[in-house]
Amino acid sequence: MESKTTIMNDANLTSPLGVGGNSLFISIQHSMLTSEGRTNLEVSTEIDGKELLCLFGHSGAGKTTLLRIIAGLTKPDKGRIVFNNTVWFDSEQKINVKPQERNVGYMFQDFALFPNMTVAKNISFAQKVKNDDEVNKLMDLFDIEALKNQHPGKLSGGQKQRVALARALAAKPSVLLLDEPLSSLDGDMRASLQLEILKAHEILNSITLLVTHDIPEVFQLSSSVIVLKNGTVIKSGKAENVFTSKPTACNHIMEYL
Amino acid sequence: MILFIIGLPIAYTLAYRRFPLKAVVEALISMPMVLPPTVLGFYMLVAYSPQNGFGRFMAEHFNTRLAFSFEGILIASILFSLPFMIQPLQNGLTAIPQSFREASYTLGKSEFSTFIHVLIPNMVPSIITAVAMTFAHCIGEFGVVIMVGGNMPGETRVASIAIYDEVQAMNFHVANQYSFILFIISLAILTLVYGIKKRTPNP
Repeated sequence: MESKTTIMNDANLTSPLGVGGNSLFISIQHSMLTSEGRTNLEVSTEIDGKELLCLFGHSGAGKTTLLRIIAGLTKPDKGRIVFNNTVWFDSEQKINVKPQERNVGYMFQDFALFPNMTVAKNISFAQKVKNDDEVNKLMDLFDIEALKNQHPGKLSGGQKQRVALARALAAKPSVLLLDEPLSSLDGDMRASLQLEILKAHEILNSITLLVTHDIPEVFQLSSSVIVLKNGTVIKSGKAENVFTSKPTACNHIMEYL
Repeated sequence: MILFIIGLPIAYTLAYRRFPLKAVVEALISMPMVLPPTVLGFYMLVAYSPQNGFGRFMAEHFNTRLAFSFEGILIASILFSLPFMIQPLQNGLTAIPQSFREASYTLGKSEFSTFIHVLIPNMVPSIITAVAMTFAHCIGEFGVVIMVGGNMPGETRVASIAIYDEVQAMNFHVANQYSFILFIISLAILTLVYGIKKRTPNP
């Protein structure tokens, strides 16, 4: 299964944090355990530039596992992952770069904010070089300045998500991986946080991969999408091309618009 | 009384260590919870004997006699109280969502840094429980101590044995005094510990 997704680099996009002009090559095989038994996850793709790419599929399709594999949290059985010119994983050469050294920004479904730290501390903890100005700038960008001294336990889902995004960016990651960032939110909150995600992607100025099982969300956020089903890529490309061949999906979108 | 003084530093040291949690190691550590204290005491005594490897090693290299000595009780108590320290800590660690550790790793933090900054602050109640349990267990321990340490005034006579001794000698008045002191000290420390625990924000 071979699929290639490419998008034009936006030359006008300047960023204070990001690195830009990246490429991520993934070709992996991994046997994973889902609710329907063992499934073989087999993905081969190359992501270029500053793309915001959605990973779409139903639960058990392997979306989260793929993100974890990219982040280095799950070791695939076989394959190769290369970011720019750095090999992150190669089963033949027995290379497996630790998550600490891959420098990915990973946003967990539960956000994984540290309860013992305030919002500001959560963000500064992520920094490799302490810089309070940058923490303030990030809090300002995501409108969480007022929550600065609060602990995550007292925040709402949307607030947590903003903090998690700010924290992920504070580490100046090379790639941003978002695992169903909006699944726990409803209606209006979802719409406003989709904008935050776009903002984060813009600041990052690199590749963002976002896991979702919501078609309207794909259209809202992304120009490209990879559709996973039972561990294999069944479609990939521009969102409108991928979904228009499916009548049911199309109707769903019409309803939404 | 002696055990009380050593109990705290031991608890402290153990609280900041994470053991490789293999099934066999776990089972071994938990053995003292299942076996009668006399069994462990007997084995300790055999190991301490200058005729056997460990005892001889200690005698030759450190000039220490372990059987019926303070050092002997110390080691026996550490072994015997280990599960009471390990189990709450282990439970505390496993109760922390896996994503916390992973999030810290993806933020570039080493395992050690993650342990210090993320795991320990989020398991304070478990640490307190562990310390309290170990302390309570150490101060109340009787069986192992009498097997290994015997009953030598000023050397191996701990509070619980001193009380037993006085009761045997029909000195109920002295026994009562000892017991009361032990009771008050235990109560005070455990109250303090649980008081702190209550005030710690539960994540």
